[in-house]
Amino acid sequence: MNERNFGEVILDLKGISLSFGAMRVLNNISFNVRQGEIRSIIGPNGAGKSSMLNVINGVYHPQEGEITFRGEVRKEMKVHEAAGFGIARTFQNIALFKGMSTLDNIMTGRNLKMKSSMLAQAIYWGKAQKEEIEHRKKVEEIIDFLEIQAIRKTPVGRLPYGMQKRVELGRALAAEPEILLLDEPMAGMNVEEKEDMSRFVLDINDEFGTTIVLIEHDMGVVMDISDRVVVLDYGRQLADGTPDVVRSNQDVIDAYLGVSH
Amino acid sequence: MFYREAGEFKASYQKDQAILPIRQDRWFIWAIIAIAFLVIPAVSSDYWLGTIMLPFLILALAALGLNVLTGYAGQLSLGTGGFMATGAFAAYKLATMFPGMHILFVLLFSGAITAGVGILFGIPSLRIKGFYLAVATLASQFFLIWMFNKFGWFTNYSASGVITAPQMTAIGDIMVTGAHATVTAKYLFALSIVTLLALITKNLVRSNIGREWMAVRDMDIAAEIIGIKMLPTKLKAFAYSSFLCGIAGALWAFVHTGSVEPLAFDVNRSFQILFMIIIGGLGSIMGAFLGAAFIVLLPIFLSNAPHWFGLNIAVDLISHIEAMVFGALIIFFLIVEPHGLARLWQITKEKLRLWPFPY
Amino acid sequence: MRVERDVIYIIFASLLLMVIIPWSAGMLSEDIFFEWPFFFEVAIGGLLAGVMYSLVALGFVLIFKASGVFNFAQGAMVLFSALTLVGLNEMGLPMWLSIIATLIVMLILAIAIERVVLRSLVNQEHIILFMATIGIAYFLDGFGQTIWGSEVKLLDLGFSQNPDFYFGGLILINDFDLIAAGIAGVLVIALALFFQYTRIGRALRAVADDHQAALSVGIPLKHIWVIVWAVAGIVALVAGIMWGSKLGVQFSLALIALKALPVLILGGFTSVPGAIIGGLIIGAGEKLAEVFIAPMIGGGIEDWFAYMLALAFLVFRPQGLFGEKIIERV
Repeated sequence: MNERNFGEVILDLKGISLSFGAMRVLNNISFNVRQGEIRSIIGPNGAGKSSMLNVINGVYHPQEGEITFRGEVRKEMKVHEAAGFGIARTFQNIALFKGMSTLDNIMTGRNLKMKSSMLAQAIYWGKAQKEEIEHRKKVEEIIDFLEIQAIRKTPVGRLPYGMQKRVELGRALAAEPEILLLDEPMAGMNVEEKEDMSRFVLDINDEFGTTIVLIEHDMGVVMDISDRVVVLDYGRQLADGTPDVVRSNQDVIDAYLGVSH
Repeated sequence: MFYREAGEFKASYQKDQAILPIRQDRWFIWAIIAIAFLVIPAVSSDYWLGTIMLPFLILALAALGLNVLTGYAGQLSLGTGGFMATGAFAAYKLATMFPGMHILFVLLFSGAITAGVGILFGIPSLRIKGFYLAVATLASQFFLIWMFNKFGWFTNYSASGVITAPQMTAIGDIMVTGAHATVTAKYLFALSIVTLLALITKNLVRSNIGREWMAVRDMDIAAEIIGIKMLPTKLKAFAYSSFLCGIAGALWAFVHTGSVEPLAFDVNRSFQILFMIIIGGLGSIMGAFLGAAFIVLLPIFLSNAPHWFGLNIAVDLISHIEAMVFGALIIFFLIVEPHGLARLWQITKEKLRLWPFPY
Repeated sequence: MRVERDVIYIIFASLLLMVIIPWSAGMLSEDIFFEWPFFFEVAIGGLLAGVMYSLVALGFVLIFKASGVFNFAQGAMVLFSALTLVGLNEMGLPMWLSIIATLIVMLILAIAIERVVLRSLVNQEHIILFMATIGIAYFLDGFGQTIWGSEVKLLDLGFSQNPDFYFGGLILINDFDLIAAGIAGVLVIALALFFQYTRIGRALRAVADDHQAALSVGIPLKHIWVIVWAVAGIVALVAGIMWGSKLGVQFSLALIALKALPVLILGGFTSVPGAIIGGLIIGAGEKLAEVFIAPMIGGGIEDWFAYMLALAFLVFRPQGLFGEKIIERV
């Protein structure tokens, strides 16, 4: 894997610090993400991994640090703007729209690409319908890709956990993002489901060229599919590099295996 | 056995995205519409049309409006009555200021004015959520009713406070409001408008805006992260919901009662409409109609029931017993099917699809 | 209890506005009479009325805290308890016995509500439970008036209803309002102690935090709900006695629930002190507005002013002054 070629740095985080009141969640974190790579963030529970994703897509605003996105230093942005910049994500605790069908959930992922006015949608026949069908085709491609044809019209609240994770991935993909943030996509899955999900992640990266930032606990999976890994522990950055480099880092071994004093 | 989607294949997304993809459903709805337009006016007495069907239709429209806001967009509102009153008074002012204006434009503009008022009272929804918002919407309810009562301008300085809706025609010289309009004309007029608006509502909720509303309802923070802007999405829901409620209010005053009075739109009206969408089913067009039918028919049934059993009870006692039974039935209903009549309907269809096999 | 700094700012600012607006209204408008003793008379009258609102709001808070149910039937419970009390009294029972009998009735009611309604609707969405309580409200309104009739009844506790002069004859205050405020104050303190220091109180706070977790450590949810609804019933009875002897026992008692709602959102659904401070702010604000602002805009503002006031507060504190902050996590 190491011989893969990556593009330029698309997202660069420098000296990010984030606190809630007196609690320091992230402390001087710096790493970058290159176009087309699979970048993993690992670390024990409470290390600040999810907070890191929340910083990247604008849910949290770090007190210190600089985020450069596509060569431009990013100002404090609102939550809804991230999607417009081509950043999509999935969530650790599934955040699907429970009352809607699989199809509608994934269609909602394309909301930014749908331009017809409210009046056109009220009339429906004509412009709005054409647009719906156009986007439906795209969504059907994603449904085929993720192999969820059978649950197309099922309300997602009724789906099993693994399927919900897949639908959520589909919703994020529907936005055709440049960067896809995946927050523990394989948590709570059995081996078979993990294999499926790993395959999807690799395929997305491969076929669509989507840059992926991944949080995952399963070390085997992370080391297998990642191009580069950054390790966090209690808000500190322990290591950053290729899986091999990280695996042999003494701090990382200490944090994961415990250190004897 | 007869209700099957098997063997019915769709060759295009257009067909699959139709309002009713299943053939039997389409026939059913066309039959209902045909019955509503042709059979009911032919066989019903004026009493049935005027005191049951007409209020049913108009309240169903208001319920549709509230269902957009509460059922689809997830914003609990107790201000429906206030918005209906806004529609009624806006229609009255429009009709008296521009006597030549056609009733359809009067309705359209009064709906638009109510939409504006709805946007105004919807602004706090960006910060205030859940029951806090529900109580806050009561502010609009009480404030609007007070305003219409207080300022003579709204009633054209009528001394009695009760104002009569002007007579207006729909097509040709067919009267649809006022004392000279026939009940059948009023009914057909209201039916046409409600059918049209129900269709438009269905179009909206199956399009992008509808999905955005539901996304905000189901999980607002996730909706925001995929790029849905909270304020415009919520305000569009408030605007369209108020638009429907405003037209319902205007129809109530002009076509149903023939007089414009704030009392008809007090807080009890708001609760009544809320009952309709809960009983009928949140987030369902069909639910708004089923709920309205239930809530309109139930009191009529309750107040007539003692006669059928030959009981003679004092009027005020009847009204107390009625309230009691009404309350008990609401609770009973919520326990039996918390998701409303629309869900029952859906379950029936699912059963029917498999019939005569259990699964 | 830790009070956040911006809450103190908001309360301070609102007090300041409550003085400045009436004063400037008095300066600017010919129609409005403003003098300091009169101002304080109005303000104190408002604060005392506010305590009465708090009393109703308190019932809401108790139930919302323990079960997350927005109990719209609290007003109906006030009416029902007052009707029962007066009805029993009219049947010849002495007052003290009627009060005990009414307490028992309220306990039975709490058990019935838990058995019939809450137990069947456990784990349903909040809006469904809310609608169910509206059903309970209809039922109680109808039931109470079916049994006890709907004509206005007098409830005389023997307290003086006459106004007296206080503060060296400058300020006129109704004695009854003072007594009512005193009783309400005692009730609030008693409840606060009950919840802070008894085992039941601790269990109740645990339930309020998390139903599932409370169940898993062996707290009997059913009993807790009965207790809370019974306590809310007692609060309703006290409110019913107070309001009933002020206004007469009649249907309009059920409508004071609508007065308590702004208090509730201003203070926060989950806070007992919030209900008290909210009541005071609404009470004083409403009376002051009625006297010093209403004449300028045509009067009759008591229907909506409290709501608008609460709405203004909510814009600054969406969870109410003392409500729990809503933290959204992803």
